[in-house]
Amino acid sequence: MSTYTTNEDLELAVLESQATETPDAAQAPRSDRLSSLDTLESEAIHIIREVVAEFERPALLFSGGKDSVVMLHLATKAFWPGKVPFPVLHVDTGHNFPEVIDFRDRTVERLGLKLVVGSVQEFIDRGELAERADGTRNPLQTVPLLDAIQRNKFDAVFGGGRRDEDKARAKERILSLRDEFGQWDPRNQRPELWNLYNGRHTVGQHVRAFPISNWTELDVWRYIEREGIELPGLYYAHEREVFERDGMWRAVGEVSMPLPHEEVVTKLVRYRTVGDMSCTGAVVSEARTVADVVVEVAASTLTERGATRADDRISEAAMEDRKKDGYF
Amino acid sequence: MSTETALLETGLRESTLFRFATAGSVDDGKSTLVGRLLHDSKAILADQLDAVARTSADRGFGGAGATGSQAIDLALLTDGLRAEREQGITIDVAYRYFATDRRSFILADCPGHVQYTKNTVTGASTADAVVVLIDARKGVLEQTRRHLSVLQLLRVAHVIVAVNKIDLVDFSESVFREIEADVQKVARELGLGREDSNTGGITDLFVIPVSALDGDNVVDRSDRTPWYGGPALLEVLETLPAADELESHLESFRFPVQLVIRPQGALAPDAVAAGLDVEAYRDYRAYAGQITEGTVTLGDKVTVLSPGHEPRITTVTGIDFAGSELAEATAPQSVAIRLADEIDIARGDTIAAAGTVRESSADLYAALCWLSPKPLREGAKVLVKHGTRTVQALVRNVTGKLDLATFNVEAASSLELNDIGNAQLRLAAPLPLENYLHHRRTGAFLVIDPVDGNTLAAGLVKDHPGDHEDERYVI
Repeated sequence: MSTYTTNEDLELAVLESQATETPDAAQAPRSDRLSSLDTLESEAIHIIREVVAEFERPALLFSGGKDSVVMLHLATKAFWPGKVPFPVLHVDTGHNFPEVIDFRDRTVERLGLKLVVGSVQEFIDRGELAERADGTRNPLQTVPLLDAIQRNKFDAVFGGGRRDEDKARAKERILSLRDEFGQWDPRNQRPELWNLYNGRHTVGQHVRAFPISNWTELDVWRYIEREGIELPGLYYAHEREVFERDGMWRAVGEVSMPLPHEEVVTKLVRYRTVGDMSCTGAVVSEARTVADVVVEVAASTLTERGATRADDRISEAAMEDRKKDGYF
Repeated sequence: MSTETALLETGLRESTLFRFATAGSVDDGKSTLVGRLLHDSKAILADQLDAVARTSADRGFGGAGATGSQAIDLALLTDGLRAEREQGITIDVAYRYFATDRRSFILADCPGHVQYTKNTVTGASTADAVVVLIDARKGVLEQTRRHLSVLQLLRVAHVIVAVNKIDLVDFSESVFREIEADVQKVARELGLGREDSNTGGITDLFVIPVSALDGDNVVDRSDRTPWYGGPALLEVLETLPAADELESHLESFRFPVQLVIRPQGALAPDAVAAGLDVEAYRDYRAYAGQITEGTVTLGDKVTVLSPGHEPRITTVTGIDFAGSELAEATAPQSVAIRLADEIDIARGDTIAAAGTVRESSADLYAALCWLSPKPLREGAKVLVKHGTRTVQALVRNVTGKLDLATFNVEAASSLELNDIGNAQLRLAAPLPLENYLHHRRTGAFLVIDPVDGNTLAAGLVKDHPGDHEDERYVI
């Protein structure tokens, strides 16, 4: 293995590599290095195993969204031939897409997992949460989430959050300590060194673990394609009745009704993120297969949250504020 | 690099991962450089650009008539937290992602002005390369020396010095050459930028004139620096070998056991994964972990190191990954390993290539990068996390503190936030410690506060004083 010691040496190396590389050779993965996807997969599995080994009662946030589906897939690989050794936790806003809830239940059934559900609707019914003026329920998830964590004594909660999603998430640790109120303190985070994760916490504290922190949206899709992972159908192009609001296409549904001036049209759309029907927009797309989606995401000029999430458009620091309050 | 086609190709074929960090002083344009890299490599999408353009306009950036990337404050692309935007500073390490047709990059953007040691150490610990910024108008500052010292200590494989704001010195070759010579002088003093088999030094050094504001030599070579014949920053980042490529020939197989996979264990009688035959895995037992160094091949002889046991030699009979049986696996793969003999192995034990490891030791000599506001005192009880094992430890003494500006070791009896010093610790149980110079993973550890659980220090294992490689028992 040669080491470049001067700029001139590197210059030569660059020229040599340009001269000798055929198009085929340039495209073949180097045999002595893992591909970026393999490296990210190994890193995620290492983190999942560390958390399971060091915590008493972990759980995985599972919404049926693509990132949580990838997380669950990684967990099945991490413990093969054993079963995934923790339950999954879903905070049901009551505004979820029915096909996603159906997918969630089928997945849990197929893998023989325990499902814990925290219900926003129940909190509203009991008067412990109030419906927001804008009808969005995503920010309301925090209270039922913390309640489920406390009732089940979960000391570590896996999430599918990625640092490329948002500028506040870019500063998130892989293991993120939360206090009794679930709060994130971005100015007082533990340094994360090498691959040594410090998950020590005191009674009442818990840890959020983000094993796919270093993945991008494109990595997630390439991985879904490579591994043949099943997703809810609404991630792929399908015909749907939609109406335009705030520059986004919203699905027509029980909790997402058009106002009189909003015209309902049928369009070929797909979802890039799957949150609530009431705040998640669809994108016009012809990507019917995972391969189509990979191409579409690679060429996209908008971020997934910017394109499709009303909840992140509230202010420049919408995600940061939610995270400080205990959101994942 | 082409533009949209590069992105498309990246999505369609395999690339490798390269991790790098940035380090710089206040106002040397680091945020602008990072913004420029992201912008010019098309990692910034339209909605992010719109948001930044709106804020730039609000603040009157660029002035009337400015167009394109000159009309936006690129530094805003990397601002994360509300306090950072309000104060116009960067508080914490932020991670950024971009890809070219050759590589996917993970960038740890490390702020320089407060807690620079903490942030630089954090970013550098996982980096294949670190980009250090210098303001061309100011040249090499004490802060530059400190950054280079930390990078030398952490054995970062590649150091790239970007001499920024070269436009503000009229693209002057003589200014650049002078700074370049100063950098090389510091590097020589520190032992950076040369291969040295005695110290295990594998670092190399590049000095590049750039203008982050205008993009000169960032992504593409600039015609405004005709006297500079070298590559642009991104070209260097795309071409350098990653640390694991450089280290693969230096190291032998090391595998800290994370957990034992035994689906028929007493705790969970039905714990086999859905769709698998329970009977087929009745006697299954494998050790799960991530290979930290080297390669393991089926049939290899390995040594198992567990505290309280003599080292045991056995044979690798299986390398499993999620239902696939592999013939070999290499760092940093996560796998599960089966062994020939039924021996008692638990989390925290290490499996290593036979005949390549030293005897475990309860005496730890180390360099400590102190990252906590709570100072280190002699006699303190701490926790040491090494690999997958955490043990109690007693700080016997602090043997010196590094003056980062001169690289001299001075007498000291305590370490404060951002200090780097040497210390001797006594461990409650022996650990398979290896010199950090040769083993960036098994030579690294965390010092943890047993009271509040916070990370106090990054530790780098050193040889025992007077120790020679061949004098210690190799197992």
